[in-house]
Amino acid sequence: MKPFDLSQLSRAHEVRFAADESTDEKLPWPQFTVAALNFFYGTHQALKGINLIVPNKRVMAFIGPSGCGKTTLLRTFNRMNETIPGTRVEGSIRLGDKDLFSFPATRLRRVVGMVFQKPSPFPKSIFDNVAYGLRLDPSIRRREIADKVEQSLRRAALWDEVKDKLHQSANGISGGQQQRLCIARALAVEPEVLLLDEPCSALDPISTAKIEDLLFEIKNSCTIVIVTHNMLQAARVADYVGFFLNGELIELNRAKQIFQNPEMQQTQDYITGRFG
Amino acid sequence: MSASYPPLSRKITNVVMLALTGFCTLLVLSVLLTILGYLLWKGASSLNIAFFTKIPAPVGQSGGGVENAIVGTLKLLALASAIGVPIGLLGGIYLSEFAGGWSAFTIRYTTDLLNGVPSVVMGIFVYTLVVLPMHHFSTLAGGVALGIMMIPIALRSTEDFLRAVPRSLREGGLALGASKSETIFTIVIPAAIYGIITGIMLDIARVAGETAPLLFTAFGNLYNSPGWLQPTSSLPVVIYNYAISPYDVWHKQAWAAGFVLLSGLLVISIISRLILARGKKLSHG
Repeated sequence: MKPFDLSQLSRAHEVRFAADESTDEKLPWPQFTVAALNFFYGTHQALKGINLIVPNKRVMAFIGPSGCGKTTLLRTFNRMNETIPGTRVEGSIRLGDKDLFSFPATRLRRVVGMVFQKPSPFPKSIFDNVAYGLRLDPSIRRREIADKVEQSLRRAALWDEVKDKLHQSANGISGGQQQRLCIARALAVEPEVLLLDEPCSALDPISTAKIEDLLFEIKNSCTIVIVTHNMLQAARVADYVGFFLNGELIELNRAKQIFQNPEMQQTQDYITGRFG
Repeated sequence: MSASYPPLSRKITNVVMLALTGFCTLLVLSVLLTILGYLLWKGASSLNIAFFTKIPAPVGQSGGGVENAIVGTLKLLALASAIGVPIGLLGGIYLSEFAGGWSAFTIRYTTDLLNGVPSVVMGIFVYTLVVLPMHHFSTLAGGVALGIMMIPIALRSTEDFLRAVPRSLREGGLALGASKSETIFTIVIPAAIYGIITGIMLDIARVAGETAPLLFTAFGNLYNSPGWLQPTSSLPVVIYNYAISPYDVWHKQAWAAGFVLLSGLLVISIISRLILARGKKLSHG
């Protein structure tokens, strides 16, 4: 497989992917390649003909008004939508060079981790929360687990705050800590991709800043796709930004380009607050 | 804002409603306390160590107790739980987690119907099902009758508590690569376990006082019932038999047995509330 051409990103809404396209060696490899994706909740079409590439080990943000399909697309990447009855996908998504739908969903979700909008620690101890994903894999030995839990909590910048209460209930820590715990939990199984669905919308600015700092660290080892309603957040953390409207990808570009000089009028209207 | 705010009419409404709701609460409380007090007053003279340790004395002799009925009730409840709890629990898990629209509707509807079957009908049903083929009354038959009566409540309360587990917890498990059943058994059920236990304890308390089905199944026994295949005494049936008897001593013992039964139910109910409160405390930090 070849690296892809960045110029495709800026024209993603009209791009068709051909096998021999793209050349620039320095550019990141695609983590996800989405082509002609349609998604339906019953008869309602939530995504319409989406084409895009998510670059490897970068942060990509999806923005757009509520109901524009950005969360639906995010949840297609780890096939979480399959748990909702009456949904249907058309089109293709590749993870690396493999068909996303060729994986068993449980294995795919260990490669593509996810953090949700509302911090949702399991009603278990802090340690058991992080160890949960590790214990699902019988090939990970018991004595490795404690090390990996510590590692993950350190990566999520939470270790110093919880190291003395690892065996207390995870519901006893603050909302911001809970969300970082959920990130640690997702990182513990060493996913290639981390999907974040408005991870900071329930948090105060200080907790938000901590999580944003964290994303800069994680992206060295992990591809990040984040859905956010906060455009400042998108501008701060993202390398690339996709703007969605009514189930369509209107524009996909470098973050700077989107916020300073968008190509499409609708993008301009949205980021300047004229609608949405 | 003027000094006459809120207007007098609203103040009056407020006082009247507060008095009415308070009065009704007191009324409910006083009914329970009156029953407990009355049982104690009428039965206190019979409440002694012998009441809990001796089997009934022959008519005309004083003394004797209901030890066989207490043991009988405990055995019946143990057997009923062994039948009703697993079926109700697993059925509730299936209903909440796996059943689709049509099957969920059918299960829920039939369960509610089963819950509405009069207890005396349940007695006759188990009489034909167990007692007739065996040719005699037994603890087994009584346990089966109470067990079947436990199923609907155990099932629906398990379902309700599982449904109350937020979707975010289920998705959290799935997103880590757990399968649906792994998520259910390692996250959803542990999250709801205190509620489920509470529901089952209250269910046990509910059938503990059932009398009608036992008349047709466990029947009664003046002695201790050996094993599970002989007729057995039980507190509700003892209360019934003693209350309709012509002997004053037995009347007093019926009051005392009623007090013991009601106190037992109160204790179960209080313990289960404590369990639920502890569960809430654990899951909210």
